[in-house]
Amino acid sequence: MSNISHIDLPNSYIGRSVPRPNARRLLEGRGRFTDDLKLPRMLHVAYYRSPYAHAVIKNIDLTKAIELDGIVAVVKGEDLVKYCDPWIGVLSHFPGMKSPPQFALAIDRVLWQGEPIVAVVAESRALAEDAIEHIEVEFEALEPVVNPETALEPDTPIIHRELGSNLMFTADVNSGNIDEAFNRADIVIEETFHYPRHTCVSLEPRVILADYDRSEERLTVYASTQTPYQMQDIYSRHLKIPEENVRVIANDVGGAFGMKLHVYGDDLATCALSKMLGRPIKFTADRLESFVTDVHARDHRISARIGVTAEGDILGMDIDDLTGVGAYSAYPRTSVVEGAQVIRIMGGPYRFNNYRAKLNVVFQNKNIMSQYRAVGHPIACAVTEAMIDRAAAKVGIDPVEMRKKNYVTSEMYPHTSPTGYWFEELSHYECLDRLLELMNYTALRAEQTECRKNGVWRGIGFAAFVEITNPGPAFYGVGGARISSQDGCVLRLEPSGRVRCMISVNELGQGTETVIAQVVASTLGIPLDQVRVITGDTETTPHGGAAWASRGAGIGGEVAMLAASSLRKNILKLAGTILQAAPDSLDIYDGNVVDHKDRTERLSVSEVARIGYFRPDTLPEDFQANLNVIEHYVPRKQPFAFTNGIQGSYLEIDRDTGIVKLLKHWVVEDCGRVLNPMLVAEQIRGGVVQGIGPALFEECVYDENGQMISGTMADYLVPMANEMPDIVVDHIETPTQLQELGVKGVGEAGTAGASAAVLNAVNDALTPFGAVVTTMPITPERIVEAIEKKEMSTHELMN
Amino acid sequence: MTLVKIKLAVNGERIEAEIEPRLNLADFLRQRLELTGTHVGCEHGVCGACTIRLNGDIARSCITLAVQADGANVETIEGLVTSEELKNLQDEFYKKNALQCGFCTPGMLITAAELLKKNPKPTRNQIREYLSGNYCRCTGYHSIVDAIEAVSLTRGSNDV
Repeated sequence: MSNISHIDLPNSYIGRSVPRPNARRLLEGRGRFTDDLKLPRMLHVAYYRSPYAHAVIKNIDLTKAIELDGIVAVVKGEDLVKYCDPWIGVLSHFPGMKSPPQFALAIDRVLWQGEPIVAVVAESRALAEDAIEHIEVEFEALEPVVNPETALEPDTPIIHRELGSNLMFTADVNSGNIDEAFNRADIVIEETFHYPRHTCVSLEPRVILADYDRSEERLTVYASTQTPYQMQDIYSRHLKIPEENVRVIANDVGGAFGMKLHVYGDDLATCALSKMLGRPIKFTADRLESFVTDVHARDHRISARIGVTAEGDILGMDIDDLTGVGAYSAYPRTSVVEGAQVIRIMGGPYRFNNYRAKLNVVFQNKNIMSQYRAVGHPIACAVTEAMIDRAAAKVGIDPVEMRKKNYVTSEMYPHTSPTGYWFEELSHYECLDRLLELMNYTALRAEQTECRKNGVWRGIGFAAFVEITNPGPAFYGVGGARISSQDGCVLRLEPSGRVRCMISVNELGQGTETVIAQVVASTLGIPLDQVRVITGDTETTPHGGAAWASRGAGIGGEVAMLAASSLRKNILKLAGTILQAAPDSLDIYDGNVVDHKDRTERLSVSEVARIGYFRPDTLPEDFQANLNVIEHYVPRKQPFAFTNGIQGSYLEIDRDTGIVKLLKHWVVEDCGRVLNPMLVAEQIRGGVVQGIGPALFEECVYDENGQMISGTMADYLVPMANEMPDIVVDHIETPTQLQELGVKGVGEAGTAGASAAVLNAVNDALTPFGAVVTTMPITPERIVEAIEKKEMSTHELMN
Repeated sequence: MTLVKIKLAVNGERIEAEIEPRLNLADFLRQRLELTGTHVGCEHGVCGACTIRLNGDIARSCITLAVQADGANVETIEGLVTSEELKNLQDEFYKKNALQCGFCTPGMLITAAELLKKNPKPTRNQIREYLSGNYCRCTGYHSIVDAIEAVSLTRGSNDV
């Protein structure tokens, strides 16, 4: 028995689908979202935003606005500079990248439609908005840079002249001999893909409530953020307030998905205004502001080539990625990470030796583009998987066979990809086999054939994927970003014998607090309901990375286990002293200290706590109990972990209207050890729908003047229940051997592969027409156009 | 701005207030009555986060003016939780993790309750159709459909 670790014991909570205790509060309407908070003397701020994509600010007239009732202050960019330092979204591990300083509010010129220019602080949001109507700004419009394709051409205006060009960053990957590989290839396929610019649309918009107290030089910020510690550092440095005097509290967060970890001018301006005025100020973005200021994502044009043998063996891939990321690089994580990941995730599941990629990241007069759920993955996966399907068709084999033929085989692990990524151990074959079983693939193909006979056009699409998780310091720290890759966990045995856990990975609804409680309870040997997990407050929890890049379960779980092991040791030491027994002859099981040998109950943990806190007089004079522990963990054995999996999509196309009906979606994923199968499945399902969105509906559409013309929820289509399919999820478990708990993470997996699966299924459905789509979102118009274009060219050929 | 007097019942409580005519019902509920369980997601009537019950039917409180609720009976998540009318739905949402961030949840529950009142045994497709005015970014909807289906299968058809 001593060889069985606590997480494998029969009463362990690891691997059990326990519901989230904090869900009860949300189900009763007792959530505490930041906009729900009211503070004494609280003011509201609204922002006057640029109506132009690119313009010089000639004059700002605030005289009328400031005279209105209820207006406390009307503040321009230059008035805010002494309260808030500008920032530069550049990191040193992206050599050669450039971006200019960005100020909280625009000064002298505006670079995208929606950029904040003037802050109006008032007794209510409505009054602030009234005053905005009375602000007069004289602009001189400049030609905007809208299309990334022409951003680098000589006659395109340069947005930041001091940088010399519109090129923010460029990178190459070269491995093997790509020219030789393509010479050798029997089949070469070339295609260009467009992955749309889209955005987060978290249901709760960005909200921040900043409260600066001059008497103590103290700033408390309540914010809907996923990275309280990163923001504490930023507020401290940019507002020049000592770090220990800055407290960031993230109560309930109404969806974040990577969008709520960037620095936004209006957020920092709100904090600076609170410092300026010495009063609490709240900023709640409305939906229209969200569309033009929350970071956008993707916006990649990728030209791809794949070379294969006549038998279908992949010889090489050649990629050219162009992405337009807006007017500035986002701070503090930069806007080049997505492109950098696209060119390295490419081809992830497959074995091939020759790879070449070129990445250009360009400035535009559009809203800033940066990290959003599954950064880079959906694009790389869509391109890779579409090319695999095209190659399979050309070779004349089933897409399943093509994948089986080319996957990195089990005996090849650990494996380094030609793009430079290191994979410890992945389970592509097992995942595929399980998926085919779940889908009943043979029967599904037969059904598809039958349907075609009746003029019903159905398609089956696959998307194998790899997913980056558990990022270590290689991600941001090495580039100079003050973003922690370690997390900390404090565990306290309360006098009642219950346990309080204060941890730096936080809750955004994904279930972090629940899985952390599962790990703590299982490791300690106490019932789950005796663990209370506290997150999201820089004052009461240790500094850490918080929630991004699927790190909560993998890194947070590991540190929770370390802390629980420590506390367990201390409890047993105290129990051993009380019982006059050797600590290692004791164990904790179901809330009781027991004999290690046969689990005979000796005394309850609550009794141990009682004696430790209230009756130390009964213990030897030199004994000091320590019932508070802190541990830290940072993954150091690999730069980041990889998970894998595969998705399947089954859909039907209406040939006349081009409308796609999703019939079913399957995912088999391998996130290592599964802490809570239900929560993993729900991460996958939500992620899948976030990947289906841009595949079929979502796009930030800009006109030639740089105006976003899909900036309302009536114009920007998000997936709703009626269009979404049932999503079947299953798990394969290949725990990482590089961490004790073996957890890898799962936040990006659904989004990583879903759009690729849908794209491939659409093209499979279009096979009888010989039509192909490569631009997302795959709107009904694009499908009808693809079919008609093919019919037209066939018609011409016949004539 | 000239203020307007309104009288209404909110969760069974009689409310009298003087308000600006432009004040929408969502803001009135959240800011004046501190009923913050009603959420505001889009303020243009698309996302469904602000769904409440107005004289027994569901309505979007963000595109309803508070003055339109003069003389009306308004029910919000707080009232419906207190009366335990949503209890079965809440329990199934809890068990099936049919919520993540919880921002859409009050609106989802109120919409689901109306569906089950009108159609006690809906198919999965009918559930999806009825929810198609309530946006959720987190769950992908599957577990929400599961939870509502589970309530419909376990309830007697006379229950609300």
